[in-house]
Amino acid sequence: MGRLNWRGSMSRLLVQRAGLGLLTLVAISALLFFGTNMLPGDVAAALLGQQATPEALHNIREALGLNQPAWWRYLRWLSGVLHGDFGVSLASGRSVAGALMPRLGNTLVLALLAGVISVPLAVGLGVASAMREGGIFDRLTSILSLMSISVPEFFIGYVLVVVFAANLGWLPSLAMINPGMSLGERLAAITLPVMTLVLVVLAHMLRMTRSSLLSVMSTPYIEMAFLKGLNRSTVVLRHALPNAAAPIIAVIALNLGYLVVGVVVVEVVFVYPGAGQLMVDSVAKRDLPLVQACGLVFAATYVGLNTIADMVAILVNPRLKIPR
Amino acid sequence: MNRRGFLSGAALFGTVAGVGGGLALAGCAVPEDTIPSRGGALRLGMTGGSTSDSLDPRTFVDWVPINIGYQIMNGLVEIDAQGNAVPELFQSWEAQPGAIEWTFKIRRDVVFHNGKTLDADDVVYSINLHRGNTTSAAQGAVENILDVRKLDLTQVRITLRGGDAELPATLADYRLLVAPDGFTDWANPIGTGAYKLETFEPGVRCITTKAGSYWKPDAGHVEAIEVLVINDAVARVNALISGQVDIINRIDGRTADLLKRNKHFQVIRSQTGQYAVFAMNCESDLYGNNDIRLALKYAIDRERIIKTVLNGYGVAGNDQPIPRTSPYYNTDLGQRLYDPDRARFHLKKAGKGGLDVTLQVSEAAFSGAVDAAVLYQAAATGAGVTLNVKREPADGYWSSVWMRAPFCASYSDGRITVDGALSKAYKSTSTANDSRWRRPDFDKMANEARAELDPSKRKALYAECQRMIHDDAGALIPMFMDHIEAGTSKVQGWKPSAIFDFMGQRIGEKVWLAS
Repeated sequence: MGRLNWRGSMSRLLVQRAGLGLLTLVAISALLFFGTNMLPGDVAAALLGQQATPEALHNIREALGLNQPAWWRYLRWLSGVLHGDFGVSLASGRSVAGALMPRLGNTLVLALLAGVISVPLAVGLGVASAMREGGIFDRLTSILSLMSISVPEFFIGYVLVVVFAANLGWLPSLAMINPGMSLGERLAAITLPVMTLVLVVLAHMLRMTRSSLLSVMSTPYIEMAFLKGLNRSTVVLRHALPNAAAPIIAVIALNLGYLVVGVVVVEVVFVYPGAGQLMVDSVAKRDLPLVQACGLVFAATYVGLNTIADMVAILVNPRLKIPR
Repeated sequence: MNRRGFLSGAALFGTVAGVGGGLALAGCAVPEDTIPSRGGALRLGMTGGSTSDSLDPRTFVDWVPINIGYQIMNGLVEIDAQGNAVPELFQSWEAQPGAIEWTFKIRRDVVFHNGKTLDADDVVYSINLHRGNTTSAAQGAVENILDVRKLDLTQVRITLRGGDAELPATLADYRLLVAPDGFTDWANPIGTGAYKLETFEPGVRCITTKAGSYWKPDAGHVEAIEVLVINDAVARVNALISGQVDIINRIDGRTADLLKRNKHFQVIRSQTGQYAVFAMNCESDLYGNNDIRLALKYAIDRERIIKTVLNGYGVAGNDQPIPRTSPYYNTDLGQRLYDPDRARFHLKKAGKGGLDVTLQVSEAAFSGAVDAAVLYQAAATGAGVTLNVKREPADGYWSSVWMRAPFCASYSDGRITVDGALSKAYKSTSTANDSRWRRPDFDKMANEARAELDPSKRKALYAECQRMIHDDAGALIPMFMDHIEAGTSKVQGWKPSAIFDFMGQRIGEKVWLAS
């Protein structure tokens, strides 16, 4: 009975989330479109810059259909997307999907690697510090993780570049990857940005793991477990961790989302051709179809990750499986 | 702390500090091979590229596509290291008196990458891409051309609206590149250049390789060229130091001084006529008064700004756009200096005891604009002028502040010809006349000078034009800013540019790598 209920609540949650997610995406696309429209200048002015003549501006606007009202262009874009057509970039004339996909692939590779390294590391270190609360190990991880979270990410990036690229010469400072490179070269190229990202997101997850574990550790049932004579690691891993998991998973989802959409500064420092840089470029050029596509992908990433996080939180927490 | 500030503090300190005191001076640090060696891949780390870049010359406004354009295609006329217009695909030229009608001879036996031989049709087509009903950014640069006609396979006649004795130099515009007649496939451009396109990822990188034998005997040395777009200044320097690129463009004075101490690197400094300007709208009530304009021109300490903001990599401007390096530079005009007393005198003449104005600036206008404005503010206080510095966002600066604000920062790249510099921002008809300074007598004199074929008469007329701008116009030109670029000492044949940087963006075909 309980099992069935759990399945039902899972699928209801999924449907609810998917519907809400779609609404969010439409709202975000409208915000992005009209927000970008409010910015001064348009793609014609951004392309020609100081050298614009009124005729050339007029010709570009005419060719791109920019003389039509904004709401009309938005609706046309929306109907295109509903038919699976993301349009062409206003600035370069290339297809939006063709411009975005390789960049998105690069971003996902970077985020995936950073996530695969940082999540187990953060949770492991967090659990270890919680087990040895107040000990030297706990204090050391506390201090180091606080340090890495208190400095801006570009600073971490530059320090790593100075040490590993400029002084030691072990790793390249540019993280440019291209199709002709071998797997080893690719890994070497993205080692520094991955290290930077790991350091940036580590502290947040680590500290959340530690503090939510410790707050569970002070509850009576844990004391009971100790009194039963269980050793500390069994208590922490089997009794405390499942109940402390929900906030940890939420923070992990937030940080994974950040790894996909928020790393533009790291992309700039390491000249990594990712999607964040593409979006910034497109906003600067007022290239609306590209801005829209990036915005949609980023929003979908957040919505998707948070939905997954909610589901995983239900899965790992036995109490949430049975509705009261 | 900002990212840029961190650069010289740490990134360079870490590397340069360890290397002993090798003394390097710009351009002469590296003993040059007399015979260029062939082969190797040249790697350029450049700012000035974005994902929206295209290799259609009509869209060229930024340096990465322009550089790639010159690797693949040739221009009609080239500007040499001394700033003279010399033949490229146009082999020779001749003007009729009045400089309205010109005949250009086209170089023979030049072959496009697709095997077609260059002729007059290709040239006419390529020029016409930028004329008439076009989206070209070069439309303004060629609007003086009334007609381009093929005379025979190797000759074209260009007829102008108004005489231009320096038409060949005008035709050295970086957008006037030559493609085959009727060519439209700009994703795979075809030209007569030394290199052909292999891969182009806009805003990321571009690779070109040698396209067989090249018609220029002393160019096209390296086997392949890779351009990496590195828009972040710190990342660019890091890439050079860690050996991932051979040459980088646009470094600042502080970085240049640090790199010069290391004998593994060379720094090239070019005076190309690029200048900063604070433009006052002469049609506004306040700045319409020339005494106000003069007061503001005397209230700025140019030398201090050059020393602090440019680390000395610049020359004081004299409130007119022609640089000292030009043969037409008016040497009779005294350099305008920081003179609080004269500023007060002009304020009094304008009937003002003091002045309270707002200067709108942004790093988009020129690098260091905000610092320059703050230094100006300090100096102006001494002249009884309260200068409020309003920092504007870089994004959208050219459409929302420039040409709209009554007093704002701007810049101009060096221009190949004097007329180019004057037409850009000082003639009544200029679309970039950011000080709205409109004087029919100035327009008349500038056009008269442009059509004058006698060099000494032209020089006298242009000197008078400079005086009019210096005395009256709304452009406060505090400084000419050098272009600084840096590279490893392996790069040979590398010289300062007369125009733009990277040897007029033709560096790809000109330098070679020491073996």
